[in-house]
Amino acid sequence: MKYQAKNMFLGVAFFSVLLAGCASTDTDSSGQDGADTVSTYTESADANSSAYDAQDMMNLETVFHFEFDQATLTAKARKALDAQIVRLKKTTGPVRLEGHADERGTREYNIALGERRAIAVADYMAINGIPRYRIETVSYGEERPVAFGQSESTYSQNRRVELK
Amino acid sequence: MFKQIVTVLALVLAGNFAVADLTIEINKGKDDPVPIAIVPFGWQPGVAVAEDIASIVEMDLHRSGQFAPLSRGDMLGRPRNASEVYYRDWKSLGVDYVVVGTLTQPMPGTLMANYELLDVNTQRVVLTGSESVSSDKPRYLAHTVSDKIYEKLTNIRGAFRTQLLYVSAVREGGNRTRFRLLKSDIDGANESVLFDSREPIMAPTWSPDGKKIAYVSFESSRPAIYMQDLVTGVRKQLTAFRGLNSSPAFSPDGTKMAMVLSKDGSPDVYVMDLASGSLEQVTNHFAIDTEPAWLPDGKSLIFTSDRGGKPQIYKVQLNTGAVERITFIGDYNARARVLADGLGLVLVHRSNGNFHIAVQDLKRNRVEILTSTNLDESPSVAPNASMLLYATQYDGKGVLAAVSIDGGVKYRLPSRFGDVREPAWSPFLQ
Repeated sequence: MKYQAKNMFLGVAFFSVLLAGCASTDTDSSGQDGADTVSTYTESADANSSAYDAQDMMNLETVFHFEFDQATLTAKARKALDAQIVRLKKTTGPVRLEGHADERGTREYNIALGERRAIAVADYMAINGIPRYRIETVSYGEERPVAFGQSESTYSQNRRVELK
Repeated sequence: MFKQIVTVLALVLAGNFAVADLTIEINKGKDDPVPIAIVPFGWQPGVAVAEDIASIVEMDLHRSGQFAPLSRGDMLGRPRNASEVYYRDWKSLGVDYVVVGTLTQPMPGTLMANYELLDVNTQRVVLTGSESVSSDKPRYLAHTVSDKIYEKLTNIRGAFRTQLLYVSAVREGGNRTRFRLLKSDIDGANESVLFDSREPIMAPTWSPDGKKIAYVSFESSRPAIYMQDLVTGVRKQLTAFRGLNSSPAFSPDGTKMAMVLSKDGSPDVYVMDLASGSLEQVTNHFAIDTEPAWLPDGKSLIFTSDRGGKPQIYKVQLNTGAVERITFIGDYNARARVLADGLGLVLVHRSNGNFHIAVQDLKRNRVEILTSTNLDESPSVAPNASMLLYATQYDGKGVLAAVSIDGGVKYRLPSRFGDVREPAWSPFLQ
């Protein structure tokens, strides 16, 4: 029995290496600038709209953070959004807002909370002159964290809306 | 070609999630567990069995928390049937019951277990059984024997032949995560991948006959509810509305699906007729209404709402739309599931800032907290209501755990890597 289990483990380890090999080939198509968050934003922006000015996206804040269990914009988030709104008014492409939550609380409640946050950003944009039809909101709840672990700093990074 | 290889690799890799490192921590329950000896089964010459049947039965009974199986090393003999049993030997070991059995192959491709359950104190055979299965399902044979013994000694229907659905998320470097929807036997064996995606998978749930499942997938870059037939493999998209498409729940008769949609602004509970696809809105409130679960009679639903400021459980009558709040203890009660008798709920309850699994007695309005870890969520009750599965964190990873409904027994089913969550315990499957 023990011998068998060991063999199976080796087999799995072997295949894991193979699979890792496949995965790294796969990533070649998504740019070489490493695995940091910036590359993701660039990638998605490219996919969504050619009207986005990649240079502007790099310089402006694209992530807006929230307080625990809250969906109201903080002063800091509003300021960052104002800068984005100025930029977005010069473009016509679609705007995707992805809402997220930290891991505390149930997954379904958190996905609703993420949506509330994305809508709060969408409302603010609409009030400030970005036409509604350009804005799409999607909530990922706690399913797509950017930080891991159980600390307040982790949680605060995950409570966010990302502009794509 | 490449795609085919990846699929095969993924399946092999999935074997690695097998919950082989089952860690059983038995906290003492209300009653002392019953001492029982499951003697290794004898076998007819020529019968080759890939699994140790008695050992699987032993693990099943041990996991229930209601039995304390005797270690094999302590056994004084290896009887294969009642006539070979010396009762006083077992009595001296403090054992109340002994299970003996023999495996045979009545015809090619069939495996049969003939077994007996003996009461050491009365020196009588209390159960004689004969079960046969296709010879590639030895574990199923063992779980069948476990069910029969459990039923005989507890008067509760055994649930060892049930299965579970759960979601695994494995980070693969960069910002990539691989999400998988998995199904396994309730002890973690026989794992298979039902769906595999680069985008999140959520809220897997069973149809009442155990033949279909539903879940949420973000594969289209937006959430949508899918239904998948486990027999034919046919997959059908049920919804793709703007906003949330979440929390699917089959009605007790299997003809309807409760769900949460936010297409009209805020998340509300809806019921879809699965034959016609027609939708009926059940709740209508600007607050978050989510996590619907059916009451056994199919005439009302419970759901989570923060309409009172904090998440609490409410009940809605489907024919009148009348809503009443049913949880009042604590400032966070969510994702409730109804016990089969309709008299109790299991739910996520926050206490001192920590999220625990609790049972609420609806008649007495009493809450009993069952778990002591933090971040416990997604309770799912066994069809015989003896135990529930839930998700928690251990060593920085998402793991599945089980606790008996009286809180006396707990065990963890860790995954060797990645995070696992959202367990859904199947109904009885036979």
